[in-house]
Amino acid sequence: MAAKEKVIGPAGFYSIFERKGGAAPTATHYCPGCGHGILHKIIADTMMDLGIQDRCVLMSPVGCSVFAYYYIDCGHVQTAHGRAPAIATGISRAEDDAILISYQGDGDLASIGLNETVQAANRGEKITIFFVNNTVYGMTGGQMAPTTLVGEVTATTPNGRDPRDAGYPIHMCELLDTLKAPVYIERVSLSNINHIRKARRAVRRALEIQRDKKGYAFVEFLSPCPTILRMDAKGIERFINEEMEREFPLKRFRDRSVEAEPIERRESDFSKASLDKAFGVSASDSIEVVTNPEFVPKGVKISGFGGQGVLSMGLALAQAAYKAGRFVSWYPDYGPEQRGGTSNCSIVISGEQIGSPVVDEPDVLVAFNRPSLDKFATDVKKGGLILYDALAGAFKPPEGVRAIPVPATDIALGKGVEQAANTAMFGALMEAGNLGLPGEAFGRALERTFAKKPKLIPLNLEILETGAKSVR
Amino acid sequence: MPAQLVEGNSAVIVGAMYAGCDCFFGYPITPASEILQEASKYFPMIGRKFVQAESEEAAINMVYGAAAAGHRVLAASSGPGMSLKQEGISYIAGAELPCVIVDIVRAGPGLGNIGPEQSDYNQAVKGGGHGSYKNIVLAPNSVQEMCDFTIKAFDLAFKYRNPVVILADGVLGHMIEPLEFPKTAIEHHIDTSWAVAGNEATMKNLVTSIALDFNELEQHNVKLQAKYDRIQENEVEREEYRTEDADVILVSYGISSRIANSAVDAARKEGIKAGLFRPITLFPFPWDELKALADRGCSFISVEMSNGQMRDDIRLATGCKDVALVSRYGGNLIERDQILDMIREVA
Ligand SMILES: Cc1ncc(C[n+]2csc(CCOP(=O)(O)OP(=O)(O)O)c2C)c(N)n1
Ligand code: SF4
Repeated sequence: MAAKEKVIGPAGFYSIFERKGGAAPTATHYCPGCGHGILHKIIADTMMDLGIQDRCVLMSPVGCSVFAYYYIDCGHVQTAHGRAPAIATGISRAEDDAILISYQGDGDLASIGLNETVQAANRGEKITIFFVNNTVYGMTGGQMAPTTLVGEVTATTPNGRDPRDAGYPIHMCELLDTLKAPVYIERVSLSNINHIRKARRAVRRALEIQRDKKGYAFVEFLSPCPTILRMDAKGIERFINEEMEREFPLKRFRDRSVEAEPIERRESDFSKASLDKAFGVSASDSIEVVTNPEFVPKGVKISGFGGQGVLSMGLALAQAAYKAGRFVSWYPDYGPEQRGGTSNCSIVISGEQIGSPVVDEPDVLVAFNRPSLDKFATDVKKGGLILYDALAGAFKPPEGVRAIPVPATDIALGKGVEQAANTAMFGALMEAGNLGLPGEAFGRALERTFAKKPKLIPLNLEILETGAKSVR
Repeated sequence: MPAQLVEGNSAVIVGAMYAGCDCFFGYPITPASEILQEASKYFPMIGRKFVQAESEEAAINMVYGAAAAGHRVLAASSGPGMSLKQEGISYIAGAELPCVIVDIVRAGPGLGNIGPEQSDYNQAVKGGGHGSYKNIVLAPNSVQEMCDFTIKAFDLAFKYRNPVVILADGVLGHMIEPLEFPKTAIEHHIDTSWAVAGNEATMKNLVTSIALDFNELEQHNVKLQAKYDRIQENEVEREEYRTEDADVILVSYGISSRIANSAVDAARKEGIKAGLFRPITLFPFPWDELKALADRGCSFISVEMSNGQMRDDIRLATGCKDVALVSRYGGNLIERDQILDMIREVA
């Protein structure tokens, strides 16, 4: 029985709307005279004509055309309100050969999804946008849309759109025409057969651009919504041709399809070899971390101004502990002062799994400046140690805490590299820190730190040694 | 095994890439930005796909798109960014798409600050967006687990066609520890039975979350709930430390569980029989395992950087109303001695 009721339409259009189900499998869910139906058929037709059916994925938006997937015979993804260009971007990046058709109403595209619309256009995504401008929100019952004309009565502009409250209609083609990346932008109309013929040419051009992988195409359709606008066929045709066209002139804004180069993205590489190479994974990095409950855990806090190499010295220490087979963690402390120029980090060295990586009561405090001393010195454990840059000036440590001034900045200046004060301090820590790590681990850690600038290694090893000597 | 010192956020990217993750879409937000930055560096290096999206909403919808195409795809964010993603995650759950979302939780509410908290528990574990759906939620507590759980998350996401959230925090994101690199790399494969990949094999497929017919949508929901039941039955994971003879049980996940671990040791030194119960999966929550401990007569302390969001679940699981809470907010970590004090009080 259904076979007899087949819709006579373009190939590329389902002949029975099985996904729709219900009593009338060949009736669409669109109102008579609606522009959506017309445009669906043009798309289906053109898709077949260009031989791209298998590559096509259509985004059904939130709006009257939410069920575009009942009708057009291709892959379908239903989208969230306004997000179709982002979803199409995701598919396009994942599948370079896919042809993405983002089908959207004016509320969807120009209101809630305006950001996605503009940004996808600006990236020049390989997407065709078919923008159905009917000046109203159809699906939700005819509220004002961004494209509602001044004076137009809608469910939420009962006295007509008043620009003093609701602004003016948005011109999407004109807006997108300010961007560099789009390949094709055109506004057409679906009001009558003459216009539909031109609209068909625009759809074709937009899909050819997709077929050839040339980039972003945008076609706006002035489209009849006789139901919401409460007009008959003649009335809606006049409304579009006269009132809408006055506000939204029909025009080809650009067509760069000839000069545009195809966009081909590389194929993804999933091999382990490539991953290992990218991450620099090498067997020589393998180290046996040994559990040793006898080892008394050490907490080190390093603090100073940003730019003094506080975090990198902490990392070098972590590296040294790791090379020595200890459990280790490094953590940059947050704090309201983070933006104020000081920074600090915590390093925990242990013979067992580490609990908190944050050191509140350090065994060793390394202070590169006076504020760090003032802030953290009182936290240092009894029996603990403070190493501070001698430039911080005279300092009396808390009871039971040893404090050693280190001429770190002077050493670094003496070698002509002020930034290397942290290396000198690292040397002092190696010598006096009592962290239970062998000296050569510090040297190896430095070598690793400067692995990308090997020329700097000898000088830094020299500064390391000078720093160590200064506290011997 | 080859290992390096790696930051937690970087470890996520390591895990994702060895797990065959093909696409990353993100938007900057501290303390999750390093995930985005590492992705921008490593993904394109081997032809994988990276886009810095215009917003978290756009990012999660790009995820929806790539997931709809059958690819392995990752998103990461924090705080306000996670809030913005909730609409998209609801669509992903409704359309039954697989993806992995990393939440490096920061302090809230509102703009809050960039310090660590665990206050997105309810958002991640109970759903977070509209509708009756659940994310699978994994809670790592080390850099190694940031990597390993990301790999595991992709397996679960595809096994159940469901979003999986890695619920971490600012400390786990920024701390550096040794990381053993994955031993295998997962190859790309598209399941043509449901994906929409723009080719002949998938041309008849449809990805959607709408069903206008009430009964049809009810059936869809019933099917989803049955899936969540299966997940509850099969995927619970937890770790227990010194619970065999414990009287006081700390329940804690993520970074807090490491501090709780130290508190257990300290309490034991004082002769208090304390133990740690660490949920690794937050959904599915280890209801039965906790109940077994409650049946033994244990007392419970929830140790979490939020206002007792997990404590509610411990109460439900154990049937005990007076579950104690040790908590800090605003970016402050819980201190070991704070927990120890509560253990003494409860013991
Ligand atoms: C986030 C969100 N907000 C609101 C809605 C409700 N809604 C459904 S359709 C629609 C309007 C669509 O209008 P338009 O894009 O102009 O398409 P038309 O219906 O006119 O084809 C709205 C607001 C929704 N689904 N999601
Ligand atoms: S309400 Fe308007 S846009 Fe919606 S189907 Fe009817 S005519 Fe078409």
